[in-house]
Amino acid sequence: MTTAVDTTKSARQAPYDGPLLDVRDLHVEFVTREGVARAVNGVNYSVSAGETLAVLGESGSGKSVTAQAIMGILDMPPARIPKGEIRYRGQDMLAMGKEERRKIRGQKIAMIFQDALSSLNPVLTVGFQLGEMFRAHTDASRKEAKAKAVELMDRVRIPAAKDRVGDYPHQFSGGMRQRIMIAMALALEPDLIIADEPTTALDVTVQAQVMDLLAELQAEYHMGLILITHDLGVVADVADKIAVMYAGRIVETAPVHELYASPAHPYTRGLLDSIPRLDQKGQELYAIKGLPPNLLRIPPGCAFNPRCPRAQDICRGEVPELFQVTEDDGTEQPGRGSACFFWKETLHGSRS
Amino acid sequence: MPDIHDESGFEPHPKPGVDHLDYAGEQGRVVEEDTLIEPDPAKREEARSLWGHAWRDLRTRPIFLISVVLILLLVIMAIFPWAFTDTNPRASDLVNDYLRRPDWTDFFGAGWFGYDGQGRSIYARVIYGARASITVGICVTALVTLLGGLTGMLAGYFGGAVDAVISRITDIFFGIPLLLGALVLLGAFSARTVWSVVIALAVLGWTQIARVMRGAVLTVKQADYVMAGKALGAGTGRLMMRHILPNAVAPVIVVATIALGGYIAVEATLSFLGIGLQEPTISWGIDISSAQKVIRTAPYVMFFPAAALSITVLAFIMLGDAVRDALDPKLR
Amino acid sequence: MGSYVLRRVLQMIPVFFGSTLLIFLMVYSLPGDPIVALFGDKAADPAQVAALRQKYYLDQPIWKQYLHYMGNLFQGDFGTSFTGRPVSEIMADAFPVTIRLALMAFVFELVVGLTLGVLSGLRRGSVVDTVVLVLTLVVISIPVFVLAYIAQTVFATNLGWVTPTVQDSTDLSQLILPAIVLGSLSLAFVARLTRTSIGENLRADYIRTATAKGLPRRTIITRHLLRNSLIPVVTFLGTDLGALMGGAIVTEGIFNVQGIGNVLYRAINQKEGPTVVGIVTVLVIVYLVASLLVDLLYAVLDPRIRYA
Repeated sequence: MTTAVDTTKSARQAPYDGPLLDVRDLHVEFVTREGVARAVNGVNYSVSAGETLAVLGESGSGKSVTAQAIMGILDMPPARIPKGEIRYRGQDMLAMGKEERRKIRGQKIAMIFQDALSSLNPVLTVGFQLGEMFRAHTDASRKEAKAKAVELMDRVRIPAAKDRVGDYPHQFSGGMRQRIMIAMALALEPDLIIADEPTTALDVTVQAQVMDLLAELQAEYHMGLILITHDLGVVADVADKIAVMYAGRIVETAPVHELYASPAHPYTRGLLDSIPRLDQKGQELYAIKGLPPNLLRIPPGCAFNPRCPRAQDICRGEVPELFQVTEDDGTEQPGRGSACFFWKETLHGSRS
Repeated sequence: MPDIHDESGFEPHPKPGVDHLDYAGEQGRVVEEDTLIEPDPAKREEARSLWGHAWRDLRTRPIFLISVVLILLLVIMAIFPWAFTDTNPRASDLVNDYLRRPDWTDFFGAGWFGYDGQGRSIYARVIYGARASITVGICVTALVTLLGGLTGMLAGYFGGAVDAVISRITDIFFGIPLLLGALVLLGAFSARTVWSVVIALAVLGWTQIARVMRGAVLTVKQADYVMAGKALGAGTGRLMMRHILPNAVAPVIVVATIALGGYIAVEATLSFLGIGLQEPTISWGIDISSAQKVIRTAPYVMFFPAAALSITVLAFIMLGDAVRDALDPKLR
Repeated sequence: MGSYVLRRVLQMIPVFFGSTLLIFLMVYSLPGDPIVALFGDKAADPAQVAALRQKYYLDQPIWKQYLHYMGNLFQGDFGTSFTGRPVSEIMADAFPVTIRLALMAFVFELVVGLTLGVLSGLRRGSVVDTVVLVLTLVVISIPVFVLAYIAQTVFATNLGWVTPTVQDSTDLSQLILPAIVLGSLSLAFVARLTRTSIGENLRADYIRTATAKGLPRRTIITRHLLRNSLIPVVTFLGTDLGALMGGAIVTEGIFNVQGIGNVLYRAINQKEGPTVVGIVTVLVIVYLVASLLVDLLYAVLDPRIRYA
């Protein structure tokens, strides 16, 4: 998988069979008054065209920071990236010049944010903000850009797009605003879309519609999609594979349904167990004890150890790497990894 | 919810039903918000209190510490001026010509800063001048905070007609600039003391606090805990004093502190124009005004009271700035 | 939008009457008899005093005086000063001078204040930012009359670039120094307000979106950041033009500018009621019109208000 990377470095749009995006050993820290907060501590993941990667984690797990690092929209300082690579079509974006990076943003990799109301400029019309994509990256005129904006709004099924292109963000409903965000991300038909909690701010009834639209458009354009969420329900429906993050690390990766069926990390297990289930009515709901770690003082060893029911001495002394998860007979389970010394026990425990 | 996996050729697995997974999303969110606000459990309680947090922040700010020390010094100067100098600030001795330069060797002595046009010790007058400025500043601020705070609170809390009337009255006072209004008002009195200046500034200045308070109360009123208090049947008085006031008072304190410096400057300006304080009251504004006559030959006669005045105003503005920064998490 | 303007204009009416009544009360109902004062140290002839009182309507109850004054005002008559000169004539002489001075101060504060504010807001924590913060704090703390003397001493007495006082108030070059002094306090406020506003908006989500869209930095700043950041600054600037005219008393006094501030100062000292009321009334009108314009401009800049 990695051998093809270096040979295709020169031609960005040349046929390329590696992953679209390949994040390697990424570290991000924030310098604060109280000290250095280590938000991302060696994240590895990759996404291919047409594939959906769900990054699951609580806030503070580093999932959004990783996404912002990919987009190049971290405020630096206070943030800094001491180590790691973010390869887009084999090219390390962290080594690129500012202008080169800017051209990728929006055009090749686009992002959808959680709160569309605050993410859209309140004093510009949505048509203008959509059209801006074309004016910044292509030589479209104001008029052409506006026509394209109408087209895009139609594409994301905003009723009466032609009449509403001159409206301001606050004049739309929450679901419609998120559609506009999606339209904006789609504008230049990027290779990859990063959606950071795209439905969290929406009403439950609208969540499904927006998620379906996003999934449908992704399939249509054969884009890669990184879906960042803490909502297990969203993930189950649309993702191909899942990466679970905790304290800035990936603690488990797996194809989506295998993760649900048999988690191999106690944290994932805890997350799944804290879902209320209809067949366990009347029982007390499970909750992971304790609190997520303070990023200024991440516990030594496995960051999850103070909260882990399986923690042993080794977990307090050594940082577990992402172990390859295998079947009982030793055959590798493709795409499965767990950063737990006791992944086997966890796997078996969850099957019982 | 249509299953899009069918479209992408993905074989649906036996998996937890979609229905209760959606539920899980909701549930997960609640847990998250509860546990993640403050990662360190030891600090949780303290962080809950805005003031506790602000105080921890303020203690480490040099600007805050400097301004507090300056203000304490000025207040002590205002109460016990004789502790700083043995010289009578009103004693005029024309032997002490203003052309005699400040004598740097005369530490804390009568001639330290030189003598003014009437042969009075500038140092002593700078020390004794603090009283008028500090009195005016603190008393006006106390009065406007009371008056403005109360009216702003009533307007914000009751809304409707009460708000409409109070807001229009506020607008009326706002149309008249503070200095201009004070000039007209004080111009009518032939004998003016510190108290007439205090009253004039308070009468014209309360609207600023009223507006701030009204805005703060309107915001706090929407908060869930106020709604909860109301739902639990708390009386109007209790609701105002226990729930709304403590949470609305922060912006008022900030504005009042900065305004305090402003009132001191306005008093000095009025006195400078001859429509504020009058002799024999000792005021930096009057001293600066009388120093005009000798500014060419002896600029230090004006320099020392002007510096004292500027430092005093600066101290209060810096204090207000520091408190605002500490109270406003957005700016951190 | 139309109803919004109408509502704002209607709200202005009670405020106009309230403010003028307030001024009227302050001038005429407080102790100190202006007519007696008119005679100075001479013993006043009671008959003459009574005649003057009648002439100036001072023998009437205060509310009648006010109504009478307002009635005349709406016919464009600001009354007559105790010296017999029509107040409108006095104002016609002095106001243009003050307007020139205030406009120059305004332009100075607008250009320099905004520039400094934007520069320091975009580079928080930099040397430029620190310098701007310290300088503005110093300017805010030093009372304007002290500042005026410093400017006069440095630029006129020591450097000799300008004359210490204004000889001819139609010569704009002579007004530069007083205008800078007059505008300096507001300039400091504008710079700080702009800095804070830019700083806050820089962290706004929509700026992050604009960056994620791959817009060039220039476009992000000019198109997205500045317009949003200037909304609160516009509010301040709008009401400030009136404040500059009212606040010109000190500056005009020190630099001997024969504008409205000087006239008003003399009028207050001589208890010249009609002149004081006339000038302050005009200043109130300026203030009201300015705040109306600000609100309209606000609506133009921020569609959330326009469509509310």
